[in-house]
Amino acid sequence: MSDTLLKVKDLKIGAKIYPPGEKPKDIEIVHGVSFELEKGKVLGLIGESGAGKSTIGLASMAYGRGGVEITGGEVWVNGREILHTNLRDLRRLRGMEVTYVSQSAAASFNPAKKIMEQVVEASLHAGKFSKKAAEARARELFAKLGLPDPDNIGERYPHQVSGGQLQRCMTALALCPEPDLVVFDEPTTALDVTTQIDVLMAIKEAIRDTGVAALYITHDLAVVAQVSDEIMVLKMGDMVEYGTTDQIINHPQEEYTRDLVSVRSTQHDGKPPTDNPVLRVENVTARYKGTNFDVLHNVVMDLHPGQTLAVVGESGSGKSTTARVITGLLPPRDGNIVFDGRELSPDLEGRTREDLRELQMIYQMADVAMNPRQTVGTIIGRPLEFYFGMRGAEKRKRIIELLDEIELGVEFMDRYPAELSGGQKQRVCIARALAAKPKVIICDEVTSALDPLVADGILKLLENLQKIEDVAYLFITHDLATVKAIADSIAVMYQGKVVRYGTKAEVLSPPFDDYTDLLLSSVPEMRLGWLEEVIENRKMESAGN
Amino acid sequence: MHPILKLVAQRLALSTLLLLAASVLIFAGTTILPGDVAQNILGQSATPESLANLRKELGLDQSATARYFNWLGGVLQGDLGTALTNGRDIADSLGGRLKNTLFLAFSAAVVAVPLAIFLGLLAVRYRERWPDKLISAVTLASISVPEFLIGYVLMFYIGVQLGWAPTVSTIYDSMSLGEKLSAIVLPVTVLTMVVLAHMMRMTRAAILNVMQSAYIETAELKGLTGFQVIARHAFPNAIAPVVNVVMLNLAYLVVGVVVVEVVFVYPGMGQYLVDHVAKRDVPVVQACGLIFAAVYIGLNMVADIVSILANPRLRHPK
Repeated sequence: MSDTLLKVKDLKIGAKIYPPGEKPKDIEIVHGVSFELEKGKVLGLIGESGAGKSTIGLASMAYGRGGVEITGGEVWVNGREILHTNLRDLRRLRGMEVTYVSQSAAASFNPAKKIMEQVVEASLHAGKFSKKAAEARARELFAKLGLPDPDNIGERYPHQVSGGQLQRCMTALALCPEPDLVVFDEPTTALDVTTQIDVLMAIKEAIRDTGVAALYITHDLAVVAQVSDEIMVLKMGDMVEYGTTDQIINHPQEEYTRDLVSVRSTQHDGKPPTDNPVLRVENVTARYKGTNFDVLHNVVMDLHPGQTLAVVGESGSGKSTTARVITGLLPPRDGNIVFDGRELSPDLEGRTREDLRELQMIYQMADVAMNPRQTVGTIIGRPLEFYFGMRGAEKRKRIIELLDEIELGVEFMDRYPAELSGGQKQRVCIARALAAKPKVIICDEVTSALDPLVADGILKLLENLQKIEDVAYLFITHDLATVKAIADSIAVMYQGKVVRYGTKAEVLSPPFDDYTDLLLSSVPEMRLGWLEEVIENRKMESAGN
Repeated sequence: MHPILKLVAQRLALSTLLLLAASVLIFAGTTILPGDVAQNILGQSATPESLANLRKELGLDQSATARYFNWLGGVLQGDLGTALTNGRDIADSLGGRLKNTLFLAFSAAVVAVPLAIFLGLLAVRYRERWPDKLISAVTLASISVPEFLIGYVLMFYIGVQLGWAPTVSTIYDSMSLGEKLSAIVLPVTVLTMVVLAHMMRMTRAAILNVMQSAYIETAELKGLTGFQVIARHAFPNAIAPVVNVVMLNLAYLVVGVVVVEVVFVYPGMGQYLVDHVAKRDVPVVQACGLIFAAVYIGLNMVADIVSILANPRLRHPK
């Protein structure tokens, strides 16, 4: 078989872990995975965090991140076994035959060097091209990847281009030495949806035009369906299912794959608005201290009791700033926050303890929102003491009730945050917010850092709790699928303004304004050919204008 | 205005202000010392009239504020006053001494700074292995031993027993550069050993910190060798903390060489200062103090400015 580029056979990968209070121990994180990749084909590796996707991707360059070590099996690239080769041959392989595109281009580019210098470095190091030829090729790739001003963009420093552009530069970096295989490790995960679609198309076209083979690693099945020929589903270091993209998407065999395909099945029928909103944001304009431009312009929205208002938008649209104004962390320049019929003090100092109790927050990063030295019981018990003066048996009883509500048992009371999974941590944060018996909880991207299945569980939990506790959510997110699953009304934000606002049915039905249309059509759908369809539609639209 | 120019201008203004504050402190410090300069000069046998005359001549009958501004005005015009003990112009005698001290400090820096950074890079390349541990052990040992002891030990073994280098480092204007350099081999060695550890360890720590970054992984996955990754990708991002420590040590080389100068009988500023402190020659002490302060503040300002320039976000704004 001369067409086989990459052959992985019974690959086993181990790592050293350092459990708190115990001796370091060796564990196996990939248990014997095998696959083959032909020249010019794309294999998608998909799974949740901890599935071993990135680890397997890096193993195709015989590289282990941190304490990770390849403990068994074989990896063949271009007919050579690479796990037992010497370091010199390995350096020729890395950066020449196999290259890597990481999740965060912003962190993966050296901030002290020009983009061009970094893009051509591997080619020059291996002596593959002359400096002139390599730079010409880089400029060609910049143009192919749709970067603005391809002739000069290489002269900029990484911080001088946007996140989406930098991710494309990273792709150019990987393609520049004409490799046989590129490992794409979540290349679009850190991008906004509207940016993701352009980068995805650029990557797809670059793969097609250069004939390079690729391993495409992601947790998003809808994304991988757009670019892969074959897909391998991984779970906890084991292969679950391996087949063509069509098979996996349209005819999944295993239950786990079916769960992944059908995730976000949550149905939520929007409730109609009431006459007495619990929270009114009235014409708020705000700016940060020491700056001379407004980040929020006349923001208006209402949240009704026991309902969910979703605030959607891309990074920088002012979603979180709105939350900061509501909580009093950033006093507005103009406008009011009205809570339950009374006007709240613009700054935190002026608010009463009762004001604070009725308005709670849950954050995106659950692990940094908890004191790592306190047990779950202490964390949840704190608001009970602070707001209600509960002590002893009474407090303990309420903590157990709350643990029960978030579907964790009493045995979690004495655990520390480090002993919880990501989803469990977020549940504890929810319980802490609920402990104050608030009327409103602001949820700031609470599911963004979680795997799809776990995030789905959190959304279901939040919905149940809303029914039990009759609490209203102000739900900040960039993810439209989440919005559909949970919202009663929606505010779409763009550049500090609310561009569309109304009940879920109103906001999500045509006719759309331009921005909402762009946002909605950019959400990847889990079917083959979606990407081409969208791009084609946009081309036709812009041609029509 | 370009943000860098603004930042640099700010640093310059701040340093000037700081130097002015230092001059006030130095002047106040030497003024509140107990004792009477006139009495010291004329000795026990002085008559009240001659004391009063001398005080008037020295301007000691004026208020402290007036004397400070007189002194400051002189300093700004390059006039550091005259030494009380020998009546010579301080600026003249100090000029040659300062030149010698800077020569010694510069020679030591030329050896010590590149060596420290190279050893730091080497320690990172072989971290937690024997070269790293050896470098740490040797440099830490040399910083822990008092410099006069190292000085005498080197003098005895290398100077006396082996005869490889002169034990007395006195230099004259008539000597050629080569003769001067060979005269100061031993003090340069001692100074290098004293400042090496600090700079080496900071280089190592700063680079190790950068080595955690994702772009280091990118560089490794380009197939670069370990040393190329460290020197090309890690070091440029570790310059700011390293420069700060380097400048502190350079300042020490100018200001802190008193002991070494005395041990090796080197005609630098340190020795000059020690002589005149013993003789209570206040104007000389003030002048030396001001120069030392200027060196410290100046070098730290350079470190600040280099740190600013090393940051590409400031150098190339969006």
